[in-house]
Amino acid sequence: MNIASAISAFFRPRTWKLGLKSLVLHPMRSGLTVLGIFFGVVSVIWLLAIGEGISREAQARIEDLGAENVIVRSIKPPDSGGATSTRTVDSFGVTRAEKELIETTIPTIGRVLPIREVQQRFAYNGNPNSKPVDGRLVGCTNGYAEVTRLFVDRGRFLSSVEVNGSKSVCVIAANLANRLFPSEDPLGKQIYVQDKKEFFKIVGVLKPRNASAAIGGSLAAQDFSLDVYIPITTMRQRMGDLEINRSNGSFVVKSFELTQITIQVAEVDDVKRTAKLVEATLKAGKIDRQDIAIVVPFELLEQAEFTRIVFMVFMGFIAAVSLLVGGIGIMNIMLATVTERTREIGIRRALGAKRSDIVLQFLVETISLSVIGGIMGILVGLLCPLAIELLKSITASSAPEMYASLPGDITDMRPVIVPFSIPLAFCISVAVGVFFGLYPAYRAAQMDPIEALRHE
Amino acid sequence: MSVAANETQIDGGVKLAASIRDLTKHYVLKSETVRALRGVSFDVPESDYIAIMGPSGSGKSTLLNLLGCLDRPTTGSFFLGDDDVASMSDDELSFIRASRIGFVFQAYNLIAQLSVVENIEVPLYYTGRLDKSSRQRSTDLARMVGLADRLDHRPTQLSGGQQQRVAIARSLVNNPYFILADEATGNLDSVTTSEILAMFQKLNDEGRTIIMVTHEDEVAAHAKRVIRLRDGEVQVDEPIKNRETFTVEQIQSYQR
Ligand SMILES: Nc1ncnc2c1ncn2[C@@H]1O[C@H](COP(=O)(O)OP(=O)(O)O)[C@@H](O)[C@H]1O
Ligand SMILES: [Mg+2]
Repeated sequence: MNIASAISAFFRPRTWKLGLKSLVLHPMRSGLTVLGIFFGVVSVIWLLAIGEGISREAQARIEDLGAENVIVRSIKPPDSGGATSTRTVDSFGVTRAEKELIETTIPTIGRVLPIREVQQRFAYNGNPNSKPVDGRLVGCTNGYAEVTRLFVDRGRFLSSVEVNGSKSVCVIAANLANRLFPSEDPLGKQIYVQDKKEFFKIVGVLKPRNASAAIGGSLAAQDFSLDVYIPITTMRQRMGDLEINRSNGSFVVKSFELTQITIQVAEVDDVKRTAKLVEATLKAGKIDRQDIAIVVPFELLEQAEFTRIVFMVFMGFIAAVSLLVGGIGIMNIMLATVTERTREIGIRRALGAKRSDIVLQFLVETISLSVIGGIMGILVGLLCPLAIELLKSITASSAPEMYASLPGDITDMRPVIVPFSIPLAFCISVAVGVFFGLYPAYRAAQMDPIEALRHE
Repeated sequence: MSVAANETQIDGGVKLAASIRDLTKHYVLKSETVRALRGVSFDVPESDYIAIMGPSGSGKSTLLNLLGCLDRPTTGSFFLGDDDVASMSDDELSFIRASRIGFVFQAYNLIAQLSVVENIEVPLYYTGRLDKSSRQRSTDLARMVGLADRLDHRPTQLSGGQQQRVAIARSLVNNPYFILADEATGNLDSVTTSEILAMFQKLNDEGRTIIMVTHEDEVAAHAKRVIRLRDGEVQVDEPIKNRETFTVEQIQSYQR
């Protein structure tokens, strides 16, 4: 019977007014008590926001590889023809024949893009002030831009006609364009590849693109900022399959047909199955083949999602501990308050307060404290993205070297407030108030009114 | 129920505010049992004014706590109106305290964080009858005890006598069966004591039942009846012969 009346009293504004009144009687103590919950809630929101930020960053980088793609990279096996003494060099990596084979035998496949990357030095001879730039020369087909999510800023990407006709044309990355053509329009100009004594006419300039993530040991981070894209047919015709690097006065010769093939799967649902078929095809007869790596961004996404959940649980655990500490702080203060207010409890009991009224009174005070802490925590929690930006810019300006040495995962990270963390934090602070308030309130209600009245 | 109905009326039709029979209270301690009350019986007719006296440890406070429904007797019966308090649950006792009993304590016992009116309202809050008219009622009571201009003051801003007047107003707010005063003037100087006693007399003249514990004969002399306890038993229960009273002028002069 008194449960109902206690519940109705719980929702009476006067009950809360009274609770707040008792709290402002000791502003310092109440403030310190609130701090515990405040930090707990701030940490819940911040940790979740930072966790979400990091995982989105990782996710975005993986998605840049294309969830519908299966990527086969060629890897130079250790000690295979690396010696300069031998004239014949073993060829490694995925071959054009294998590319054909995959393309024709696996039915779930849309397009297969052959890619060949070599390091080159690029120059522009039309301007004496323009210094040569070391970058990547990428042989590719007309579908490359779309599949790799490269966007044209000016001009156009390579056309199928140019690819089929082995034309000497190229498309260049934004950063390279800025470096080689600081004051001119690169469109229509010729880029000179010094090593090969070849000229390529620029038909397009790309928009800037972020570097892609390094994925485990199998796929190095790719920097697209200094790329020159030419038809792969042209590359084969003019440069063959050898790559010769001079370093420290010695030659390193590598022989490979393709650096990578990107296999676009028609339906995302088929990605995993297709990846298995691709692997079976490539490793048929040579089970422990070391010169290729098969990267499946879709599976990486799944892994990243799992990692994200583990991370969230971990962060949640830390936040829970700090809330627990905050809650214990509240309980401690409330126990002291109850003892200190024994007399008041006695008076209220004598004037007709039931045990449930006393429980309610102290519970309301504890909940008020924790909710005030919770709301303040939520407000400060929402400032997380701002605070992190501020922290980054302060670090960047006061200690630029240290900042530059930080991994990109950290500097690029933008905290993302997780929407559910707000109601979550609020509910947690109420729950902490109820949970840690019940015992002190129970203690208060169990006091004998006569004894309590005698209390000094 | 029928017993109760019989007991609330005595000859002449005077209604009883309370009636106790063979009331005992034992405190069971580890080593011994303290028999604080050993069978106390008396009636409290409405608009009576009783002084309970007796040496220290004779059971005065114990008796008052029972009358105030703060505790239950070990044996015996205690009727408040028609209700037998002796068999009530803790929550029922709380409700009786909130709705029909007025306490005035020696130490005033106001709640520090509440203003004068809010303190007066507290018993109504616990009966669930707090509404707009109750604020009016509390204000009227504050005016009656001469604190109309102190409604928003805190207890710490008031003198002892003023605090006790707030406590008296509070004891009246629920229209109680009786006012229980435990050494209500014990902390006050003689002038303020007279002030409070004048107020009790006025309330009693208006029909309020008052039961007060005191050890001072001068204070007891203002009551109509004295009950003397000794070792937990009623030793004397008699009307006061030469009752001291305040004149109407005195009562008015105390209520500035
Ligand atoms: N809570 C208690 N526990 C044990 N003994 C008590 C308790 N309250 C009172 N007593 C004992 O009961 C007797 C009567 O006490 P009390 O009613 O306070 O006397 P008075 O108010 O007349 O001084 C005393 O012997 C006292 O020690
Ligand atoms: Mg006493």
